[in-house]
Amino acid sequence: MLMLLTRRQMTGALAALPLSSLLGGCGARGEETLTVWAMGNEAASLPELLKAIDWPADAPPVAVQPLPWTAAHEKLLTGFAGGSLPAVGQVGNSWIAELAAIGAIAPVPSSALGLLDDQFGAVVETNRIAGLAWAIPWYVDTRLQFYRKDLFARAGYGAPPADWSGWKAALHRVKAIAGDGSYALLYPLNEYEQLTTLALSAGARMLRDDSARGAFSDPEFKAALAFYKSLFDEGLAPLVSSAQISNLWDEFAKGYFSLFLSGPWTIGDMKTRLVAGMQDNWATAPNPGPDGTGSAAPGGSSLVVFAGSAHGDAAWDLVSRLMAPAAQLKFQQLTGDLPARRSVWAKAGLAGNPVVAPFATQLDHATPLPKVPEWERIVTEMQTVAERMVRGQYGVDEAANEIDVRADRLLEKRRWMLEKGRAL
Amino acid sequence: MSVAGRASEARAGWAMSSPALGAIAIFFVFPAIASLLLSFTDFDIYALADIGNLRFVGLQNYERLVANPLFWKAVTNTLLFVGFGVPFIVTLSLFAAMLVNSRWLKWRPVWRVALFAPYVTTLVATAVVWRYLLHTRYGLVNYLLSLFGIAPIDWLGDPHASLPAILIFVGWKTFGYNMIIFLAALQTVPRELDEAARIDGAGWFTRLRHVTLPAIAPTVLLVSVLTVAGMFQLFAEPYVMTQGGPAQSTVTILYFMYEEGFKWWNLGSGAAVAFLLFLCILAVTLVQLRLARRGDAI
Repeated sequence: MLMLLTRRQMTGALAALPLSSLLGGCGARGEETLTVWAMGNEAASLPELLKAIDWPADAPPVAVQPLPWTAAHEKLLTGFAGGSLPAVGQVGNSWIAELAAIGAIAPVPSSALGLLDDQFGAVVETNRIAGLAWAIPWYVDTRLQFYRKDLFARAGYGAPPADWSGWKAALHRVKAIAGDGSYALLYPLNEYEQLTTLALSAGARMLRDDSARGAFSDPEFKAALAFYKSLFDEGLAPLVSSAQISNLWDEFAKGYFSLFLSGPWTIGDMKTRLVAGMQDNWATAPNPGPDGTGSAAPGGSSLVVFAGSAHGDAAWDLVSRLMAPAAQLKFQQLTGDLPARRSVWAKAGLAGNPVVAPFATQLDHATPLPKVPEWERIVTEMQTVAERMVRGQYGVDEAANEIDVRADRLLEKRRWMLEKGRAL
Repeated sequence: MSVAGRASEARAGWAMSSPALGAIAIFFVFPAIASLLLSFTDFDIYALADIGNLRFVGLQNYERLVANPLFWKAVTNTLLFVGFGVPFIVTLSLFAAMLVNSRWLKWRPVWRVALFAPYVTTLVATAVVWRYLLHTRYGLVNYLLSLFGIAPIDWLGDPHASLPAILIFVGWKTFGYNMIIFLAALQTVPRELDEAARIDGAGWFTRLRHVTLPAIAPTVLLVSVLTVAGMFQLFAEPYVMTQGGPAQSTVTILYFMYEEGFKWWNLGSGAAVAFLLFLCILAVTLVQLRLARRGDAI
C-alpha cells in the first residue's frame, strides 16, 4: 500500500502531521476536568494539599496549572480575552478590582459567604467592590518593618518608636551608631509600597469622587510625602533603587541600613540568606504612624471562581474545602504562608512567634487601597514623581499636584464610564 | 502572441499568484489596517469586557506617546541597539562566512554546523546559559576578562553594561543565519578574480575591499536590511534576560509596546507604538535602498 503513495502524497501527509496532534489535543481537553490556575510556591504545594482535602470521587478531577508570578497577570487578562479561563484561580488581591470590572470573575454566592467569617477585616474589605464580595482570601500578607535589634538597642531603643517624630529621632541615632557611609533605612526609589504605607498611615484616601479623581493634594497625603522626602533630605535613606542593592541581606548584616519594609516572605529569606551570626539580631515591628501605630496595605492572594465556568458549584465546593481550617493549617505548613483564617493562626503556633505576630497586629491596623483597575498604574506614576521630588526636581506641593494631574489623566476613562453608569 | 492568448496568460498569472496575494492580504494588509484603526481608539480592559466602551480618540494616543519620557527612552535604546548592533552582527557574520568558505579550513561542514547551531537553539535555553556566562561572580566572561586584569563587570545589573551584554548575546544568537546567506553569496564569487588580484600583489584586505565586497554587495545590503529590521524589533532577548531593566536600560520599542499592550492592556496605545515602529523601519529601509542604488549595489 505504501508503495502506491506518490512522493507528493507523502509530503502532504507529513505536513499535516503536526495538525493532527493539534486536533487530538483539542479533543482530549475534556469538559470534565476542573482546572485551577495557581502561582509560584502555592502552585507547587497545591497538588500535595489536594490529596488532603478529601475530594469526592464522583466530582470532576482537579488539575493544577502553575503560572509564574511574573507572567500571571498578563495570562489572566489574555485568558479572559481568549475565553480560556479555568474554573478556579489564585489571584493577587490587588488584581480583583480589575477582574471584577471586566466581568472575568463571579461574585461569591451566599452559600460561600461564611468563608469570610473568621478573617481579617481589611483583607475581606479589599475584595468587596460595589457591595459584593468577589473572592475568598486564601493567605494574607502585608508589609511592615524589619530592623536590626542590636543597633537599635545600642541606640537605646528596644524597638523602633511607633510615632513618626520619635521614629525619625531613633533613626538618626542608629545612623550615628552604624558609622560612616551607612544609612538608617532602605526605601528603594523604584518601589511604591513605602510611600503608600506612609500615606495610609497618615490616613490619606488618595482617590476621591468615587475613585474617579486623584486626592494626592489632600493635607494627609502631603504630610506623608513631606515625611518621605525628609527621610532622604536628612540623609537617613540612600538615593538608590532596589537593583543597586545587589545583596540585601549582606548590606543589612553590614549595617549599611538597619531598617527596611517587606512582607512575610522575607522571614524565610532571612533565615536562609542572612549570615549565621546575625540570626539573633533582627526583628519585625508594625509600621509607625503620625501619632502611634501606623497602617499598611493588606495583601496576599484570594481564590476566585471565574465567570461562566461550567463547574460553578463544584468550583465553590473546591474553594470551601481548600478554606477548611484543617486544609488551611496544612497549607501553612506546606508553604509557610500566613493563613487567612484567624483561628488557624493559633493552631499553627503563629500567634506566639515573635517575628510573625507583628503581622497580625499590622493586619488589624491595615487599610484597603483604592479598588480601581487603574490603581497599579497610578501608583507607578506616583512613584515616578516621588523619585523626581526626592532627587530635587519638585517641591512637595508641586509633586502632589503633578501626581494628581497624572492620576486624573489615567482615570479619564473611568469618569466617562461612571457618567454612562457602566463602571462598578 | 494574440490578444486572447495574452489575456488568458494574464488570467493564469493572477490565478497562480492569488493564493499568495490572498495570504498577504489576510495576514499582513488586513491586520496592518486594523492596527492602524486600533491606534485611533482607546481600546483598554473596559473595551475588552464590552466593545461598547470603545471610543475613537483621534491622535490622542500619539500625543501621549510623544510626551512620555519612557517612550523616548525606548526609542533611544532601540537606536543604540541598531547603531551598534547592525555593524557588529553584519561584520561578525561576514567574517564567519569567509572563515567557513576558505579553502585551507579543514572539516568545513563541521564548522558550518557549529557556527549555525546557535541560531537554531531555543532562545530561552540559551538565555539561561548566557545568564550564567555573564554572572558577575561566577561567569566565564568575567573570568576571561580577569585574565587581562579587568575588574568584574555586573553585566545584567549595571545600566551601562546591560546593553552591551544583550548585544553580545543577540550577536551570538543571530550571526549564523546571516552567515549562511553570506556563504551562498561568497560561493558565487569567481575564484579566478581573487587569484588574479593575488598575482597582481593585492593583500588580504585589498582583495576583500576591491574583489569580494563589490561582488557580494547586494547580499550585504540584504543582510543589513534584515538585521536593521531585526534590531528594531528586538524583544525576546531583553524580555528573557533583563525584563527591560536595570533602570529601564534595555527597554526597546517592542518591549515598551508589549508593556503598553499586555501589561497595562492599553491596546490602542500599543497599536500606536507599533505603527510608529513600522514607519521607523520603513524610513530606514528606504534610506538604505537609496544609498545602495547610488552605490550601484542593485
